[in-house]
Amino acid sequence: MYATNYHRASSVQDAVKLKSEADEGKYLSGGMTLIATMKQRLAAPSDLVDLRHIPDLKGISVNGKSVRIGAAATHFDVASSVELKAACPAICDLAHHIGDPHVRHMGTIGGSVANNDPAADYPAALLALDAVVVTNAREIKAADFFTGLFETALEEGEMIVAVTFDAPAKAGYAKFRNPASRYAMTGVFVARRDDGDVRVAVTGAGAGGVFRHSGMEAALAASWSPDALSGIAVDPSDLLSDIHANAEYRANLVKVMAKRAVAAA
Amino acid sequence: MGVEGIGASVARKEDKRFLTGKGRYTDDMSVPGMKYAFFVRSPYAHARIKSIDMSAAKDMPGVIGILEGKQLQADAIGNIICGWMIHSKDGSPMKMGAWRPLAHETVRYVGDAVAIVVADSLGEARDAAEAVVVDYEVLPAVTEAVKALEAGQPQLHPEAPNNLIFDWQLGDGVAADTAIAEAAHVTEITLRNNRLAPNPMEPRATLGIYDSAEDHYTCYTTSQNPHVARLVMSAFYNVAPENKLRVIAPDVGGGFGSKIYIYPEEIVCLWASKKTGVPVKWTCDRTEAFLTDAHGRDHVSTVKMAFDKDNRITGLKVDTIANLGAYMSLFSSAVPTYLYATLLSGQYAIPAIHANVRTVYTNTVPVDAYRGAGRPEATYLLERTMETAARELGVSPAELRRKNFVRTFPYQTPVIMNYDAGDYEASLEAAMASADWNGFAARKAEAAGRGKKRGIGMSCYIEACGIAPSAAVGSLGAGVGLWESAEVRVNAVGTIEVMTGSHSHGQGHETTFAQLVADRLGIPIDNVNIVHGDTDKVQMGMGTYGSRSGAVGMSAVVKALDKVEAKAKKIAAHLMEADESDIVIENGELKVAGTDKALPWFQVALAAYTAHNLPAGMEPGLKEGAFYDPSNFTFPAGCYICEVEVDPETGVTEIVQFVAADDFGNIINPMIVEGQVHGGIAQGIGQALLENVQYDPQNGQLITASYMDYAMPRADDLPSFKLSHQNTPCPSNPLGIKGCGEAGAIGSPPALINAITDAIGNNNLTMPATPQKVWAALNAAN
Repeated sequence: MYATNYHRASSVQDAVKLKSEADEGKYLSGGMTLIATMKQRLAAPSDLVDLRHIPDLKGISVNGKSVRIGAAATHFDVASSVELKAACPAICDLAHHIGDPHVRHMGTIGGSVANNDPAADYPAALLALDAVVVTNAREIKAADFFTGLFETALEEGEMIVAVTFDAPAKAGYAKFRNPASRYAMTGVFVARRDDGDVRVAVTGAGAGGVFRHSGMEAALAASWSPDALSGIAVDPSDLLSDIHANAEYRANLVKVMAKRAVAAA
Repeated sequence: MGVEGIGASVARKEDKRFLTGKGRYTDDMSVPGMKYAFFVRSPYAHARIKSIDMSAAKDMPGVIGILEGKQLQADAIGNIICGWMIHSKDGSPMKMGAWRPLAHETVRYVGDAVAIVVADSLGEARDAAEAVVVDYEVLPAVTEAVKALEAGQPQLHPEAPNNLIFDWQLGDGVAADTAIAEAAHVTEITLRNNRLAPNPMEPRATLGIYDSAEDHYTCYTTSQNPHVARLVMSAFYNVAPENKLRVIAPDVGGGFGSKIYIYPEEIVCLWASKKTGVPVKWTCDRTEAFLTDAHGRDHVSTVKMAFDKDNRITGLKVDTIANLGAYMSLFSSAVPTYLYATLLSGQYAIPAIHANVRTVYTNTVPVDAYRGAGRPEATYLLERTMETAARELGVSPAELRRKNFVRTFPYQTPVIMNYDAGDYEASLEAAMASADWNGFAARKAEAAGRGKKRGIGMSCYIEACGIAPSAAVGSLGAGVGLWESAEVRVNAVGTIEVMTGSHSHGQGHETTFAQLVADRLGIPIDNVNIVHGDTDKVQMGMGTYGSRSGAVGMSAVVKALDKVEAKAKKIAAHLMEADESDIVIENGELKVAGTDKALPWFQVALAAYTAHNLPAGMEPGLKEGAFYDPSNFTFPAGCYICEVEVDPETGVTEIVQFVAADDFGNIINPMIVEGQVHGGIAQGIGQALLENVQYDPQNGQLITASYMDYAMPRADDLPSFKLSHQNTPCPSNPLGIKGCGEAGAIGSPPALINAITDAIGNNNLTMPATPQKVWAALNAAN
């Protein structure tokens, strides 16, 4: 790791100021990607602005159907929130299967969403739940937020404050872990709203990051059951190929995981 | 002493310090004035070094010195060598290219060391290393052994045209060809044994200390064999004469073979300590370990197995191409030859066997012994072939094996080995009973009802370990003898130190060796300390690899104990005025048989040291040493049965049952043996399902250089293993024990692949059997 300056921000305002004053500053949340990258000397921020101790970023609140998860909520916080489990158990289940206990106690939803790793779990949930990413400056729909591999709509200096969404009528998540990293090699989040609208979001498989699958959405809107997906063909042409899984295999996994997500919902 | 002696599952004495974080590993060592090293390594798989510019780096903060290969050569530090000579079938010696500890002309794999930076802190050393400017002329690279032999491929070493190191054979080619020509059935198969990274929990590290006042060097290092390291660094690398070089391998966190060898870093840190005047410590990080630790396996083989009309094997012909990487590591030549082809008879009576082995240079890190070393490759080849043959012949895999088992001992194979004892049927029976083989059809049907494809597979392995008779290995090209040494030092109060040339890096010697002493003398194991790993404390020894510490290392302790006992009995007889032949040792006492006369052990020891009343002419003291040279290998054997369920939707294999029936002869500590088998099977399952070193074939970059891409087995990948032991004592060593350290890794991969291919109905499947591969093979079969 190259030398860097560490700052602990006390408020959102303080964090923004600290970063704006730095040469090449970076917000630090759980650090599950950033610190590892710095240790490999692949990132060299001049300053780290630690967001984990800002009270406004903490906490999970559920009011009726309306869910708000603070950006600094750890995966453990999300997995173990009783209120959230009652409103949307699928996202708790998703959080419970991120990484290992160490990661779940350090990593945060805000950090994961801001990083937009193509194999991360949360982007699929946010896209399928039609969530809103609340920043210090604005509110961004998930569909507009995730713009590519490790790319988001966040502007320079902009930081995530919270994630909000309305609890779905039904939701489920199924992921196929990469045998080495245990990240999602393919993960599918399915959600059905009270009005019958269905969203199917896929992570870990898309060449451009998280994406929705309209064919499966239509099939599930017509009939909310795993069997409804049996006739769906997933086109491998826009899917990732790497040493662990080629696009054809990922296409198969998208369908299988989607069925399992519906079954789990 | 039944609770602490031979056969007792004594809790490991060493675990308290390991489990409480009190182990002392090389990286824990710290000496005054110590500085930190970082190596500049080649980012290219193959390149010519045009120039190295250190000018900017030298002025960086904290930098004490930066040294390169030209200086190393000027100081007459030698090239790294392979210590086992193999001759090609045309009689020519193997073609060993130069491996310079620091390359200054050509780099041949990604990670090849080019320079060492010594600085006040690791961060500063690394900063300066990044500022060393190496101008490379990048050359084309080749990473696959089969391809490297083809015309027009990049050439690694001028000494080895076509990258061929040797073209060696063993056995009778004419007889094997005749058997195949006259066979009622020939099974043919091509098999790839995947390349593995060893991944010991503790990465390599070394601390080189040069003492200018004494002109003496100390090397702390993560070694399985510190004396061999001292010998080689002295005799071949010219680092220092042996009497001026102390090598200490303190607690070592696993090796699996990868810490046998002497790597560039030990040599360079010792030399750099003298050049810079400071102690120099280097600790490998995990990616550096993937890049620079010697890998294992990487064979491609074609096999022909001939059967007569009664399904008896009449001949076997094997052609193997083995990838040895960019340079020949210490024992690299022995692994695909005498540790491999000599096991190609397996558990079977095969009248004619011929193996041809070509070893090849490629632009990859050197390949050498990794847990099993040659024997997993032989076992995988044979047991996949047997399973395939059984399917082709329409007979049960157990019956085909039974029909061909060696049943009388000793049995001379056509490929050097002389099997001394075994009962292969017993292990097969035990494994099949434990696995409820006969109930498989019902379980398969039940699984099918749940949409799962269930399969069962077996593997009957034999291996040769407890290496090895020195004269025999010498005649086959080994540069060293493979005996072991021990010294038993009885203190004046009767407590005991055992100096052993074996080295424990996880095996539990501090417990098992003490159990042996406790068993012999009837004293508590807490009164026995096992000393190893320091060339200043322990007489010359050969270290630990090839499952040799029990069979060879403990046999040396037995010989030394024989001498200690003989002297103690003489003293006791003298003191009790009895005949020496009437003295027996029981429960910590020396007794006159048939009387109530007895002396406690400590009193005899004390008498030896006070020397007030010893037999006439006897020297004082009670300390004896011994060297033990085995008369044969030991031949552990067994039967492993694996049962799997494949999810046809995803290709995921779940191991639902794994049975291991092993014959290790007599067992010192069953718990430790079980631990060895568990670990070995875990690594075998890793090879079969998960692990695979992959280089980019275009540019030679290591793609699987971290745990993000190299899949290690985790606890939830593994089932609970069902173990049993059969026992045909080894006749060639005094304890009747065979090695148990490698069997699990040797026997398990073919059992697993046989099970998966049975489940999916497609025999065309390579290791690792990843979900994608299994899914594709399943779809291809349907």
